[in-house]
Amino acid sequence: MNTADKKRLLHEMLYARRYEERCYEAYVERKIGGFLHLYPGQEACAHGVIEAARPGHDYVITGYRDHVHAIKCGADPKRVMAELFAKESGCCKGRGGSMHIFDVEHRFMGGYALVGGPFPLAAGIAKGIQLKGGDEISICFLGDAANNQGTFHESLNMASVWKLPVLYVTENNLYGIGTSIDRSTAVRDQHKRVEAYNIPSAQADGQDIEKVYAAAVTAVEHVRSGKGPYLLELMTYRYRGHSMSDHTPSYRTKEEEKEWGRRDPIIIIKDRLLAAGELSEEEYQKMDQGIMAEIENDVIAYSEAAPEPDVAELERYVLAENDPWVKGGAA
Amino acid sequence: MATLMYWEAIRRAHDEEMSRDPLVICMGEDIGVVGGTYNATKGLLDKYGPERVIDTPISENSYTGIGIGASFIGVRPIIEIMSVNFAWLAMDQIFNSAAKVRYMSGGQLEAPVVIRSPGGTAHQLGAQHSARMEKVFMGVAGLRVVTPSSPKQAYGLLKSAVRCNDPVYINEHELMYNLKGEVPDEEYFHPLEGSEVVRSGRDVTLFGYNISVHWCLQAAEELAKKGIECEVVDLFALSPLDRAGIRASVSKTHKAIIVEEAEPAVGVGAEVMAIINEECFFELDAAPVRVSAVNVPTPFNHNLEKASIPNPRSVVAATLTLLGR
Ligand SMILES: Cc1ncc(C[n+]2csc(CCOP(=O)(O)OP(=O)(O)O)c2C)c(N)n1
Ligand SMILES: [Mg+2]
Repeated sequence: MNTADKKRLLHEMLYARRYEERCYEAYVERKIGGFLHLYPGQEACAHGVIEAARPGHDYVITGYRDHVHAIKCGADPKRVMAELFAKESGCCKGRGGSMHIFDVEHRFMGGYALVGGPFPLAAGIAKGIQLKGGDEISICFLGDAANNQGTFHESLNMASVWKLPVLYVTENNLYGIGTSIDRSTAVRDQHKRVEAYNIPSAQADGQDIEKVYAAAVTAVEHVRSGKGPYLLELMTYRYRGHSMSDHTPSYRTKEEEKEWGRRDPIIIIKDRLLAAGELSEEEYQKMDQGIMAEIENDVIAYSEAAPEPDVAELERYVLAENDPWVKGGAA
Repeated sequence: MATLMYWEAIRRAHDEEMSRDPLVICMGEDIGVVGGTYNATKGLLDKYGPERVIDTPISENSYTGIGIGASFIGVRPIIEIMSVNFAWLAMDQIFNSAAKVRYMSGGQLEAPVVIRSPGGTAHQLGAQHSARMEKVFMGVAGLRVVTPSSPKQAYGLLKSAVRCNDPVYINEHELMYNLKGEVPDEEYFHPLEGSEVVRSGRDVTLFGYNISVHWCLQAAEELAKKGIECEVVDLFALSPLDRAGIRASVSKTHKAIIVEEAEPAVGVGAEVMAIINEECFFELDAAPVRVSAVNVPTPFNHNLEKASIPNPRSVVAATLTLLGR
């Protein structure tokens, strides 16, 4: 990773941070409704892994905490925000919402709200890649608590038996909503769980993008070379509540929060660039202001001005339109 | 026209679709080496290999999800769930993923999977292997539900379902795999929507689907001896149901009986009655009647088992009562 890459990733992560913070405000302003799960604290995970893959070429799928993954894959931030605003020009035409961002053009295969739902879907995409003979891989990001679903064990078992090109990334932020991993899960180290399925795995510091990137390069290489699935566990922390209903979490201590705050993924890379003389504080401040202005003037303005879906189109997208086979073929 | 058994018709549809398109695959428990519990995939492993004829572990929810995921990028999986009773375990992926992905993505993604599974009461299989679940699938937007009553339908519905871009659930029946019937020699695609008048009559309409079509036909034969002319309508498409077809027949006979092997609550009978109310209430000469299972878990004892579900005699009895005879 050269200096330009590091600076670009710093910019991307800072953009993701400001983007999510702006979502929070928009939610408070009631511009965004429904459930909203934000990503601050975990930026290095999505950015480090997808950076090591080929965004737009490899398939990515995840849960409901999905805005940043989609944008890193190439989704237009304006259309993601317009989706959160439930507008027709949102990436899912206002039918999906925060938990269901899709951008199939960039092979972001969606955010899904059922914890554990994407495990088999990712393996299925990998099965499709295998059948079609492409060099893509399938990447599935989910949380630590999702690993307690049956789909985790079932899917990883099949992925291993069939040597599917799928990379599972566990973003271990130590909580599933308010239940700490120590209270829900027999092992804290999630990468150990896949030994039972004969799947190689690794654990990395999810706050340091260079470490995430290095671990992901190994993981991606393994999967792309046809050796079968891999699990990468990233140790991380979410700063905000699980969603907007627990914005001041009662289930964890201030000390714990402070400790993780000292290991902020943006500050880590920023400080490293500062120390190496490759970034100045002024440059960083300018970057930050530029990002905030862009989000405000570009993304928010676009989303506010965007039209609502037409109620007359309520029943579109349920079934395929004019599918000839419904009538028994072309005749 | 060749006479095929129901399972042979299903097998033929698999074979033709798989030989046409290398992205058509089939998967399920014991469908490869064993050839399927009902032989529906017999011989396909040798012909198409283990990459496309996939023996899965006993993980219904996740292998169904794997089929769905593969369908996102153009694969056309035919997923066999050994018994409908096991499909309960796959509900999450069928309902939450396959049925909703087109909508949630604003039309960007679709899940063209076929899920086939036998349901129904066979020979003393007990409460956990005798469920009828079609009504559960019918209640979910984004999913098509069809149910073949003949080898021809079993063949043609599967052919169309594989090519259709929607997820399709095909409800088969444990007792019907050896049923014989004519299937066209040339390729045939059965519509996935509509209904079929399989016997024309003017006194009363008997609505059936899958195995109950046969009960209706036998009852109609019996009733004809008494001078009662039954119309029998085969509801091969359960979702969406054929509102126009239901209206047309009831408008002709002015009386309706719906015959279902399942328990009555929230079922096909209830739904068809509601459609009759909505479409043609003032055509009715009598309140519609449903002939359904007794609301019990299916018993093991043979006599109790038989008493728990309808049969041609109970259809005759219900018809005579309706007609005041
Ligand atoms: C099947 C299912 N059960 C429960 C929930 C409610 N729920 C949503 S997120 C969540 C916690 C998941 O935690 P984790 O997988 O660690 O992801 P994180 O939110 O920490 O990123 C729960 C219980 C759900 N959405 N789906
Ligand atoms: Mg978590």
